[in-house]
Amino acid sequence: MGKTLAEKVWDEHVVRSAEGEPDLLFIDLHLLHEVTSPQAFDGLRLADRRVRRPDLTLATEDHNVPTLDWDKPIADPVSRTQVETLRRNAAEFGVRLHPLGDVEQGIVHVVGPQLGLTQPGMTIVCGDSHTSTHGAFGAIAFGIGTSEVEHVLATQTLPQAKPKTMAVTINGSLPEGVTAKDLVLTLIAHTGTGGGQGYIVEYRGQAIEELSMEARMTVCNMSIEWGAKAGLIAPDQTTFDYIEGKPEAPKGADWDAAVAHWKTLVTDADAVFDKEIVLDASVMTPFVTWGTNPGQGVPLGATVPGPDDFQDPSDKLATEKALDYMGLEAGTPMRDIKVDTVFVGSCTNGRIEDLRLAAQILEGHSVAEGTRLLVVPGSVRVRMQAEAEGLDKVFIAAGAEWRGAGCSMCLGMNPDQLAPQERSASTSNRNFEGRQGKGGRTHLVSVPVAAATAVRGTLSSPADLVPTTAGGN
Amino acid sequence: MDKFSTHTGVGVPLRRSNVDTDQIIPAVYLKRVTRTGFEDGLFAAWRGDEDFVLNQPAYANGSVLVAGPDFGTGSSREHAVWALQNYGFKVVLSSRFADIFRGNSGKAGLLAAQVDQATIEALWAHVETHPGAEITVDLESRTVRAGEGSEAIEASFDIDDYTRWRLLEGLDDIGITLGHEGDIAAFESKRPSWKPVTL
Ligand code: SF4
Repeated sequence: MGKTLAEKVWDEHVVRSAEGEPDLLFIDLHLLHEVTSPQAFDGLRLADRRVRRPDLTLATEDHNVPTLDWDKPIADPVSRTQVETLRRNAAEFGVRLHPLGDVEQGIVHVVGPQLGLTQPGMTIVCGDSHTSTHGAFGAIAFGIGTSEVEHVLATQTLPQAKPKTMAVTINGSLPEGVTAKDLVLTLIAHTGTGGGQGYIVEYRGQAIEELSMEARMTVCNMSIEWGAKAGLIAPDQTTFDYIEGKPEAPKGADWDAAVAHWKTLVTDADAVFDKEIVLDASVMTPFVTWGTNPGQGVPLGATVPGPDDFQDPSDKLATEKALDYMGLEAGTPMRDIKVDTVFVGSCTNGRIEDLRLAAQILEGHSVAEGTRLLVVPGSVRVRMQAEAEGLDKVFIAAGAEWRGAGCSMCLGMNPDQLAPQERSASTSNRNFEGRQGKGGRTHLVSVPVAAATAVRGTLSSPADLVPTTAGGN
Repeated sequence: MDKFSTHTGVGVPLRRSNVDTDQIIPAVYLKRVTRTGFEDGLFAAWRGDEDFVLNQPAYANGSVLVAGPDFGTGSSREHAVWALQNYGFKVVLSSRFADIFRGNSGKAGLLAAQVDQATIEALWAHVETHPGAEITVDLESRTVRAGEGSEAIEASFDIDDYTRWRLLEGLDDIGITLGHEGDIAAFESKRPSWKPVTL
């Protein structure tokens, strides 16, 4: 019997396996940031251990760095301590760090791919659940806890029980204006937030193959939101073209050897998945969340559901609580929901394609009265690229705030937060209670919906915008 | 991690059940960036009370905590174990531990020894009548002892074989993996040269 892609990558990384014990997996790339690494380094120090492979380790500052005044000392003492601690640890243990102000600084899951460090067939871990993003390249990538961070630092390995495998096949093509974000929100609403529990998921089918690398990252990024251990996509020409020429991509003969190997990283025709889900992309529409988990979503054209729309008593209760928190009435058209803040950014939708799409929609429009639009590039490189293309001017002309790189309002660890009861349309990945600020209300949306919402002040798609004469390409 | 075979230290009676991780160390104390220094947050809500057992000089250097049932329930925070260790505790005795707390203890090298409630009651009575009295916990023979002559207490305690072995050998997860150093080195020597490096 053949193997699935995930099984191939897994098996290539088993250092040791023994009956009744988890496999010991070799880790090709370990990404670090300031929030989940300090205790791991301190553990090393207490035990008098070193980092085994600093050359397979990369650190960046992202979770709580400010996106304004990033050239000044960080005002919040806890954030400042964490950032300074990372700097000290990186220096002491010989780890490459891209600090605030560095041209390669940014969200850890944006930085890895743009440097070309994220490649097919790798194992990649980070003390952050959205490490699944890197699966877009055909890598097994997953988030780990701080004790595991210490384990990887000390040994470059991790004991792991082998997960089951699942195929998610998306047939057909996404309609014009429907994005990878809509696709993955539709999937999560279909499976529920626990649907992927215990599985490494392979996304496949025509709609997935037609996605750009950046859009594939958006899909894999949200694997964790439906409970999957990791999500990956078989590498193909799109993948190779994206990696080629990146700073850390293999060169010359190494490139040829790498690509030859990467081409073997596909699920064999006779391989069997433990579970399969099939969806049709051609019927998908812009999709938005109404509740307090990423599975509580509906098409933008629908109305807010109520407890009566669910059979399961726990779903009824969850709906009631979510509506109460979100301050919504069942039956309200989603398009009537007024939004205070629009956030374009995060490791889900903070890459250059996302900013291009947002700018294209905003061109010639203005942000609605009483609404603020925050555009936060995923990395300094993304910011520079956007400025080279003049996207920043479009954002500023529309009345948006053009910020520095980082996680920002995705999790509100820095000053970019929602006030209590403030409502956002956000291109990030989590709408949990308080995620973007205590009492804040989050609707997860795609980039086009975010941009159109900023213009109209209510949840909208670009189709709802009155055309303008300016920049109508 | 240090090897643990036997420990003798001042017994501290904590006459409370269901001591959850928020009581062991409240969330506001979790902002540190080290694995040390959490002793200030240990039982923070109770430390302000001058009658609290840790505020009594006889118990101030305690290292064996004698706790009520269901110790360590609540969140999975590893800081609860670090706080106890940072304060100086080597052993916690209880008739029932929360699973995650017990697991975290074993990983960090704190001995969570389960004894029956009658033993807990006897130990409480002993260390309260003789403040500063010592308790001996012998991991080799899985016994806990205190007092002498007619007051002598001796009881066995439960701990799973795997955790006992790790504590006796002083092995944490990393130590165990580093025991497979040969396998890791062999794997590394076969990795393709085109795989990316950061340095
Ligand atoms: S952008 Fe959000 S989801 Fe991504 S790494 Fe940062 S905090 Fe996590």
